[in-house]
Amino acid sequence: MANKRVDQPTGTETVGHEWDGIEELDTPLPRWWLWTFYASIVFAIGYVIAFPAWPMIHTATSGVLGWSSRGELAKDMAEADEGRSEFRAQLAITPVEKLAGDPDLMARAVAGGRAAFLVNCVQCHGSGAAGSAAGGAKGYPNLNDDDWLWGGDMTAIHTTLEHGIRYPGDDETRFSAMPAFAGMFDDAQMDGLVSQVLSFSGKGKANPVGAQIYADNCASCHGPAGQGDRNFGAPNLSDAIWIYGSSREEIARQIQQPRMGVMPGWSDRLDEGTIKMLTAYVHSLGGGEELIAQPETDTPVDAQVEETDVPE
Amino acid sequence: MSQNEDMKTLDDPKGEALSSSEASPKAATERHAPREPARQELPQQLYEKRKAVHNKRIDGPFRRFKWLVMLVTLGIYYVTPWIRWDRGPYAPDQAVLVDLAGRRFYMFSIEIWPHEFYFVAGLLIMAGIGLFVVTSAVGRAWCGYTCPQTVWTDLFQHIDRMVDGDRNARMRMDAAPWGPKKIFKRGFKWSIYLAISFLTGGAWILYFADAPTLFRDFFAGNAAFVAYGTVAVLTFTTFALGGFMREQVCIYMCPWPRIQTAMLDEKSLIVTYKDWRGEKRGSVKKAQKNPGEYGDCIDCNQCVAVCPTGIDIREGPQIGCITCALCIDACDKVMAEVGRPRGLIDYATLEDCRREAAGETPRPVWKTLLHPRTVIYFTIWAGIGLALLFALGTRAHVGMTVAPDRNPPFMMLSDGSIRNAYTLKLRNMQGRPRDMVVAIEGLPQASFWTDTINRDEAATSQTVSVPADQTLTMRAYVQVPEGTKPQDFAFSVTAPGEEGESDTEETRLSAPEY
Repeated sequence: MANKRVDQPTGTETVGHEWDGIEELDTPLPRWWLWTFYASIVFAIGYVIAFPAWPMIHTATSGVLGWSSRGELAKDMAEADEGRSEFRAQLAITPVEKLAGDPDLMARAVAGGRAAFLVNCVQCHGSGAAGSAAGGAKGYPNLNDDDWLWGGDMTAIHTTLEHGIRYPGDDETRFSAMPAFAGMFDDAQMDGLVSQVLSFSGKGKANPVGAQIYADNCASCHGPAGQGDRNFGAPNLSDAIWIYGSSREEIARQIQQPRMGVMPGWSDRLDEGTIKMLTAYVHSLGGGEELIAQPETDTPVDAQVEETDVPE
Repeated sequence: MSQNEDMKTLDDPKGEALSSSEASPKAATERHAPREPARQELPQQLYEKRKAVHNKRIDGPFRRFKWLVMLVTLGIYYVTPWIRWDRGPYAPDQAVLVDLAGRRFYMFSIEIWPHEFYFVAGLLIMAGIGLFVVTSAVGRAWCGYTCPQTVWTDLFQHIDRMVDGDRNARMRMDAAPWGPKKIFKRGFKWSIYLAISFLTGGAWILYFADAPTLFRDFFAGNAAFVAYGTVAVLTFTTFALGGFMREQVCIYMCPWPRIQTAMLDEKSLIVTYKDWRGEKRGSVKKAQKNPGEYGDCIDCNQCVAVCPTGIDIREGPQIGCITCALCIDACDKVMAEVGRPRGLIDYATLEDCRREAAGETPRPVWKTLLHPRTVIYFTIWAGIGLALLFALGTRAHVGMTVAPDRNPPFMMLSDGSIRNAYTLKLRNMQGRPRDMVVAIEGLPQASFWTDTINRDEAATSQTVSVPADQTLTMRAYVQVPEGTKPQDFAFSVTAPGEEGESDTEETRLSAPEY
């Protein structure tokens, strides 16, 4: 420490150390740097007073401005809700069957429904709403196509969304059960029945044994020509879409030990507006059907459900 | 080589300015044999403090031209946003408007959409090559006359002159201790700076929104935060760069002078002190006493006094010279007073300097301007311009993009047919709504419907109405019979009418592989 001296060429004092002839200059900090440093300290003190800074056990000091990132988020969310309030209000007063009559409202509902779908529905139906058709496990309906188990117009979709399918705890849930026919038919009878079922969609030859069994056991729900019945969610056996597979083994298995899908009702989890938006989105996927005036009585709709799509 | 001999004569007495390696063979050899200078030879301070520039008022042809350029450039800058241009009911009526929110760029009769941004890129390339053309033809004319930094510095220096007086008064004021008068004058001057800076920043934002509306909103406090932020930033930069940093921007900060030095050659026009005529310098009296010993330069330093960057042009071409030619005005004036021919300092090419020094006549100006480099640059510049104009004239005002759904890629319908879904974007770039016919091409069995047209109206072509000056996003559901193989096909869009414009977009049909 005693060896401090002024370095001649630079005119700067040395720090006094010397290693093998190398000395260190005690060059002062550049002024601009020093003042920036002091300014940072002043800024930091102000910041600590004004904003949340010191971590405490459960939270942090709140700062005199009362600002917090959570508060900011809440404010932003409130603002976003505020911006949507008009749309929400209009959605609330528009009955779901009238939604399509207002293209602008419908477009916004579809967009909102897409977002809600990606949160609540993709787990079973897939992000493209293709269900099992996207290659996953069988039994999840494809919402893009024109085949509907329980109906594909706005009100039918809305009811399904609200109350679910075979959803325990909801009295209004859509419910039906297909009996298990395991052990009731011998192999030949079963073979005939499968042939008969396939014949409805032109994939097999009609079978007299199977036809008799079908008429006795199946036609009450699936209809005499296999066209299904939406009142019971009985699948249409005469089209190309097979929710549990179309091979002979898969059909036989479904007859013996039928699997039946369960969908939760969403009215206890989502608000009415969100359910309406989901309805609009599902309807918009390409298979949505026009609403037809339902008869007052609850008699089964006659066989040609598919063709009644077109309002005359 | 004789060229070296000639160049040598150009060297000024200090032997620094013109001495490129070519000009001085000695320097060339030294460059490749570097030697570490003794420590004592190094300057103690490598940082050079700015010497304030107090340039003197001057009048002359070049000064008047500079006034004109300032008037025109500032006029363009401030007036353009206020020019109106009728585009009909569906588009703004501002002649030049960068509508960032609406994603449109309007410039008089031209309207550019985001996908046509190559026009803007092309214009920027033209601006770049335009600088090349100008530099190779007339040297640093951009720096000297039209660069915003030059124009605003010029304006601020004029404010200095108005408030504090001419050169000598300003130097006195600078040196004077701070007192009431100085505080008042500085405060007054800086408020004018600030006002100009504010107007500069304020005018900028008018290019990005409807000018009259924004003007009202701005002062009513209703404009967007970004408007105030932009004005604040540009006010500050104008205040700092034009009011205080001035020539330091050109010398230390701007890359363009460095690029230009690489582009100037012996055929480029530069402001030149004709040392073979001016040296040896001496006052008129000295010259009268010793006739024949002194050149034309009377060493009056007027060229230094008027220089806005504070350099001495007699030291030869240098990075600080923005070729504003004010020293030419100053020197011509002095030469006229002492009865010597004008042009001791003048625009000249290095080549001409050599000729003149050797007593030959300089080449005519058109020959200077038309040397190959200039012609090549101009050809490229004009070629890009013509290509852009051609593209602008022939561009379609109809456009389409097609995005096939990928999840799910295809869909079996209950009758076994296959459905693919596509998102189509139809662009109507006309200022009126148009009906467009969308059709499937190359897929004869197919029919399609949309999100607004029902499935029972499925057909191979559909008519949709696209709003004016907008992009319509629509869904197209294409249905093909069972058994159709995956294959390519195309959507086409046609806007019937006098233009008959159309667009076609290739896409692919997905289907199960049987």
